[in-house]
Amino acid sequence: MRLKDAALDRLRDAVRTPDLSGTRYRLVGPVAAGGMGAVYEVEDEVLKRRLALKVVDVPLDGETPAQALLGEAEVLARLEHPGLVPVHDAGRLPDGRAFYAMKLVRGERLDVHLARVPLLPERLRLFLRVCEPVAFANSNGVVHRDLKPSNVMVGPFGEVLVLDWGLARSVEAREFGDASGTPGFMAPEQAAGGPVDERADVFGLGALLGAMVRVPPAPFQPKALEAIVVRATAPDRSDRYPDVPALAADVTRLLDGERVEAHAEGPLERAGRLLRRHRVAVGLVAAYLLTRGLFILFRR
Amino acid sequence: MTHFPDTRRSLVTAVKSGDGDERARALETLAEAYWRPVYTYVRLKGGLQHDEAADLTQEFFARLVEKDWLARFDASRTRLRTYLRVLVDGLVANESKARNRLKRGGGIKVLSLDLEAVRREVEERRSSGERSPEDFFEREWVRSVFSLAVTRLRDRTTASGQEKRFGVFSAFDLEEAVGSADARPSYQDLALRFGMTVVDVTNQLAAARRDFRRIILDLLRELTVSDAEFRAEARALFGVEPPA
Repeated sequence: MRLKDAALDRLRDAVRTPDLSGTRYRLVGPVAAGGMGAVYEVEDEVLKRRLALKVVDVPLDGETPAQALLGEAEVLARLEHPGLVPVHDAGRLPDGRAFYAMKLVRGERLDVHLARVPLLPERLRLFLRVCEPVAFANSNGVVHRDLKPSNVMVGPFGEVLVLDWGLARSVEAREFGDASGTPGFMAPEQAAGGPVDERADVFGLGALLGAMVRVPPAPFQPKALEAIVVRATAPDRSDRYPDVPALAADVTRLLDGERVEAHAEGPLERAGRLLRRHRVAVGLVAAYLLTRGLFILFRR
Repeated sequence: MTHFPDTRRSLVTAVKSGDGDERARALETLAEAYWRPVYTYVRLKGGLQHDEAADLTQEFFARLVEKDWLARFDASRTRLRTYLRVLVDGLVANESKARNRLKRGGGIKVLSLDLEAVRREVEERRSSGERSPEDFFEREWVRSVFSLAVTRLRDRTTASGQEKRFGVFSAFDLEEAVGSADARPSYQDLALRFGMTVVDVTNQLAAARRDFRRIILDLLRELTVSDAEFRAEARALFGVEPPA
């Protein structure tokens, strides 16, 4: 038997498409594809709503990607936060593929979204919203370990969601030998396969912050911001912020025109920062002094 | 965790078996999976005519056995199909010497299969300048694996008295559509044709596809040597293309 091209293409589609027969889901179409699987839009025929179905691409029993996917579902199900996608169902499809069903998120990836956010303060506020679910997960003993722009989604109403918890680990697990992650966003101790804690996410967020102000470049980048990124991504984790709230607090201080912990500013920098911070009051005083000066001048 | 191989023995191992029957079966399956890719590649890469390419393909499988090339395959360094393609490269490079070769079969009945259809297709594609020889090799390899799987599915459904299951699968997924290339019979059409309900058509098609996927995975286990190679090949066949 020799299959013709059209039949071969149909069969390839048939084996790739997850088998939803006998389930409550009806396939609508693919949404995204990643390293180990894909996300499909499906219709939940019982509750008549659209969901996203994340499915590993190969129907193998007990293989690592399937375990990782189901582990991801378990992690997400435990964490209820507006910045995390709620999981509704998980298990194996009739063809053996592991899956989980989650809320269908519509929006765009952070790196795409940034092209429409030119101002630095807006980007920093966006970053702080990324920090919230990560800090929440960390406080529940879960480390994301793969924070990067493509794993953050911004919804049509500005909602920020942190996705892809496939590499997430319990802080208590203290595993060795798992060097998975994304180069450039992965803490050195993680790349070395060593144990990780919330400071691995501080590193990931620091790298993310650096990427958020670089691509596309924000017009004005104060030295204090650079210092925050440097501290968050310090190779030795004891030199980093102790946790995500500490990092977020320093970014908030920068936004509010206060002195940031990560940066020792000089007198001129300090004066500039204070001028920017109190620009309304400074402006009013300056206007008063100018008016007063002119008044004195004209009285003569 | 499932460790490779679980129930299926790798053909590369079986080819070296002391059991003559097992060795012959393994060689036959290996040749079935690879003769089309090798023939196509030899024609396109070496620029050979049909007869010369057919002889060289035969020669390749003969040497594979005689020179024990599979013994040198290292699954930790490359995939089997890449290794075989590199071997074919060497053979094509020495083609001038090979022109004087004796026609031999090496005990493998490779070319009794339908070479004519492959020949026509290669000539059409070559004249249109589509794809590289390497792309053709990959595509023909996928075609061979899927073709073998279809044959196995047909044999199994026939043996278990489930001809209708294969019939539905064949009508929906294999048969040349009339009119548009994308047109497929509706489930209603298939229900009328096979004398079953639409729900039965849905179930039979889903079951056939499930069996088909399992057969492909079994074949990949046979056609690969290591767990990593098996997973890489499975991912290459099952991996989902990102949406446009």
